[in-house]
Order: sequence, then structure tokens, then C-alpha cells
Amino acid sequence: MIELKTITSIAIRAIKANKMRSSLTSLGIIIGVAAVIVMLAIGNGAQVSIQKDMKSMGSNLMMIRSGSSTSSGARGGRGSLPTMKAGDGDAIQEKISKIKLAAPVLEQTNQIVYGNANWATSTTGTDNRYFQIKEWELDYGRNFSESDVKNAAKVTILGKTVVTELFGDVDPIGKTIRIKGMPFTVIGVLDKRGENGMGHDQDDVVFIPITTAQKKIIGITFPDQVNMVMLQAVDSEATYSSQEEITQLLRQRHNLGENKDNDFIIMNMTQMQEMMESSTQIMTILLGSIASISLLVGGIGIMNIMLVSVTERTREIGIRMAIGAKAWDIRWQFLMESIVLSLIGGLAGIITGLLGVQIMKTITTFTLIIDWAYVIIPFVFSGIVGVLFGFYPAYKASLLNPINALRYE
Amino acid sequence: MSLIKLENIKKSYPLGDEMLEILKGISLEINAGEFVAIMGPSGSGKSTLMNILGCLDKPTSGRYFLDNKEVGTLENDDLATIRNQKIGFVFQGFNLLSRTSALENVELPMVYAGVPDFERHKKAIKALKAVGLEKRMDHQPNQLSGGQQQRVAIARALVNEAPIIFADEPTGNLDTKTSIEVMELFTKFNKELGRTIILVTHEEDIAMYADRIIKVVDGEILSDTRNKK
Repeated sequence: MIELKTITSIAIRAIKANKMRSSLTSLGIIIGVAAVIVMLAIGNGAQVSIQKDMKSMGSNLMMIRSGSSTSSGARGGRGSLPTMKAGDGDAIQEKISKIKLAAPVLEQTNQIVYGNANWATSTTGTDNRYFQIKEWELDYGRNFSESDVKNAAKVTILGKTVVTELFGDVDPIGKTIRIKGMPFTVIGVLDKRGENGMGHDQDDVVFIPITTAQKKIIGITFPDQVNMVMLQAVDSEATYSSQEEITQLLRQRHNLGENKDNDFIIMNMTQMQEMMESSTQIMTILLGSIASISLLVGGIGIMNIMLVSVTERTREIGIRMAIGAKAWDIRWQFLMESIVLSLIGGLAGIITGLLGVQIMKTITTFTLIIDWAYVIIPFVFSGIVGVLFGFYPAYKASLLNPINALRYE
Repeated sequence: MSLIKLENIKKSYPLGDEMLEILKGISLEINAGEFVAIMGPSGSGKSTLMNILGCLDKPTSGRYFLDNKEVGTLENDDLATIRNQKIGFVFQGFNLLSRTSALENVELPMVYAGVPDFERHKKAIKALKAVGLEKRMDHQPNQLSGGQQQRVAIARALVNEAPIIFADEPTGNLDTKTSIEVMELFTKFNKELGRTIILVTHEEDIAMYADRIIKVVDGEILSDTRNKK
């Protein structure tokens, strides 16, 4: 049996003998491997950035909004019938064990003024549970205190964007801003969250206690009104299984008779997150598969050239056989040649792919993330391609009859 | 004890619907250390006989013993081993690997015999010295003359210490002067190293180097005579 080292050096020599042809053949694999790496980096990047968004939304998240009103047969659309109260959220949190937290949310866009600077942004009335659900920490300052909420204190916690727009480099803590002409003391500044997946700046927001929003800033039509209640379930399964209990509880609290429709809408954000995650996963698989096809085409290129090479080198095969090469020695020789060719292509493909990722990063706004597994996999795959597509030509070579092969001109 | 023993060897090839019989029953014995020439006109079957003797082809019927072992019925891979261990070939067209140095060409049989690197090297150099080419070890076939190429091929046939060397028209592509040099090499290895040499040729003066001349005509042995030099 011939040594692996010798076989490899024979293969490398044969590849070197036809440099142009070998590099063109490898090009198929290079493009294939590079394409797989770039595509998977794009898919992976999309997945990771969506996961980041999801995390900033809060995990195991549900929202309950007011339902739609119907007047003279015209349906008013989502939220047209304000029905939700902050108390509904408290009741849910208290009575339904599958719900960990319930935060009230009452929002309005207002012009905020500090000194000469002003800025229009969303004023959100809520309490500390909101930050807990969103896992949103303070950068500095303090959270709302119990008495802030109880007494409808005029205090505010700011997002980073608002701080930049109104204060610039000045420390905002303790300063007074005006919302709808009313003075508010800044007590805290939140960590930077950045843009979400839809390009919405999550830091462009001003938080005030829910009670303050209800009583002093936003005109409400009935006591304790909110736009929505944000819920955090104990786990993702609970976001599905708790819905029935929530519905029963709210129907009871809203005094809805048997023949009346729900006046609220439960939205399961976890379901949405899962859908988005699975759709990016499908996208990654799709991109990867399309790129793999080019790797496959590269493999066919190798097979094609190896078949030509076997025919061209019939006489060499004859000489080797006459001198004592067994069928497997010949098979190994050509198989090794296609494996080496593929692996060289694979290596060059990795380099090209990594370069491609860097280029994509600079010229596009895509998030591209290289997962090293996604670099190794196409490389291993290129080796497999070499074996698969090299086998038939190698097998064909080994079947040659030494007498005919020696006579071949 | 004979090194080679053929018993009623027949070989036929299909030609259309019929079988064309190339060898019509050849029986022959060759002893170790003999220098035999097989002669015959083209189409006589001498090349077919040579292929069977060289374990490159299998007979249709009959028995072939090489070194007391029946080889006519062996599988291809076993025949490859026999060729590797017992037989060295020298062809008319030299049949060296192109773009491969003389040294590596000579090493080739040992590559397939699994001889380790270092030993392969040493033996190949020794064989090249024996044919007087130690100064051209690194030359590739296209940098060597015909006579030099054939000497590389002879070194390759010698290197595995195979007891038998088959030479198929070894001087067919050479001029008279180099033909003589090559034939003298064969004679030397026959006399000094005791290698059995079986030469196929159609040239009378080349056949005269052998001790025994077997004439094949129409797939049969016409004559088998000692050569009176």
C-alpha cells in the first residue's frame, strides 16, 4: 500500500503541472465556499440583530390593548374604544399566577422644553414594572419611588436621545424640563438601547409616573384609563396558556354579558418573536442552500476536469499499473488530487469569504456576523465535495486495462 | 527448476461474433538466469505472449506457473503485486513518467512496494549508477536522450530486485550505437547479476545477444533453439 505522504506529493505535483487549469477548477469551489460564508454571515447577522431587538422588547411579553368600538355599524379600529385600566393590569398580576408582571402604559407625543431647547417626543406614563419587563437598567439617577406614583409626582426619567437633544453635555439630574408647560424634575437617565428592528429609536422617550400622566398630562375619558397593559408571563408557554384566564378575568371586570364581544385585544409578542426568529432561520437556511448549490456546481467542475485528466493521463496510469500499482493505488491518486484541489479551493474560499464579509460590512448597513462554525462547515463540505466528485473519475481510472493504457497515445 | 512454465496457453479475443485465436496452445519453460529472445513477425502473437508472460494479461486457457506459483488465474490486484515483485519492464517507447526526475522514475516500483523513503532513495541511486546515469538523476525524461531514457527504464526494471526483466523491442526507438550500449547492459545484468531476461524483438542482430531464441509464428512456437555465438 502506497504511503499517504507519497500520494499527496503526487497529487500536488499533478495540480502544479497544470496551474491555470487547476486554479480555474478551484475557482468553482472558491466561489462556492465564499458564497456560503457570506450568506451565512448575513443570515446569522439578521438572526442575532433580531434576537437583540427581541430581548429589548422584553421576554415572554404580552400586551392588552383596548378593543374597537362600533358606532352605527362603523367599526372604529384598534384602541378606538378606550376600556383598559391600570387596575386591570394589577388584577391580572395578582390573580393569574402565570403572569409575573403587568405594567400600565399611557402614551402621548408632546413637546418637551428645557431652557431654549425643545424636542417633540413620546411621553410614556408607566411605573417601574415597565423597566423590569424590558430589562432596561438606569444608566444613572433613580427609579420612580412608590410615593412618586402614589402622589402623581412631577418627576421624569429620560431616554438617552432626549438627554442629548435637550441637555447636550449638561448633567440632567435635578434639572427641570417642561411637558405641556408643567415642570418636571429629571430623576434618572436610562441605558442606551439603540434602534429596534424597525429603525425606531428606543431612546427617544420620556417616562413619567402613570398617575401623573393620567391626572396631569394626558386627557383621559374615564378614571384610571391606559392605552395598554404590558404583561410578562412566567415562561413562553404561559403566554399561550394564560390567555383564557386573562380573557375571563377582563370580561368579568368589564362587565361584559355573554353575547358581547371582547372589548380588548390580547397580543402575544412571544408568538411574534418566535415567528420572526423562525423566519430569519428559514432565511439563513435558504441563503445557505442557494450558496451551497454553487459549491455543488464547483464540485461538478472538479469532476469534469478530473475526467479529462484521467483520459489525458491514460498512459501514465498504464505505466503505474505495469510497475505494480493496484486498483486502489490508482484510485487513491486521483481521489487525492480532487481532494487537494477542493481543499485548496476551500481555503482560498474562506479567505475570499471573510474578505467579502468585511467588504459587505463597509458598503452596506447589514449586520454581518461570522460564526466560526459557519466557516468550518463549508470548508469541510468542500472536502466532501472533492471526495464525492473525485470518486467516479478515480474509479474510472482504476478500471483501465494496463495493456490498453500503455498503448494509448 | 524452471522459473517460468507455460502449459498449453491459449488466448483468443472476440472479433465480431467469432473468437479470434491469437495463441494456439503454447508450452514452454524458461529457467532462472536465462537470456531468451522471442522473435516473430508482427501479428504472430509474440506481443500477446509477452503480455501474458509479463502478467499484464490473462490466458483464455492453459496454465502459467511463475516461480512455482500458478498466476494465470490470479485477480488483477494480485497480478499487480507479482509485476511489482518479480518483473521489471523495459518498453520500446521507454514509458517513463514525464515531468518526473530520473531518480523518481526509478523509485516508482518501490513506491508501490511500500519501501520507505530513505531506502527508496538509496536503492534508486544505486540502480542509476549501475546504468551509468548517476550524474543525470535530477533530469526529467525530456532532458535526456533516447538512450539515456532507456537506461533509466532499465534502472527502474532492476531496482526492485525482480528476478525477471521483460524487454519489449527495447531498441526499437534507438540508433545502432545506443542499441548496442543498451544490449550490452542487458547482457551484463544477465551475466553478472543472474537476472533472467526475456527480450521480444523482430531484429535478428538484437536477438543474437540472447542465449536462446524462440520463434513464434501464427500463435505457435515455430522453433526454440540455443544461440550459437
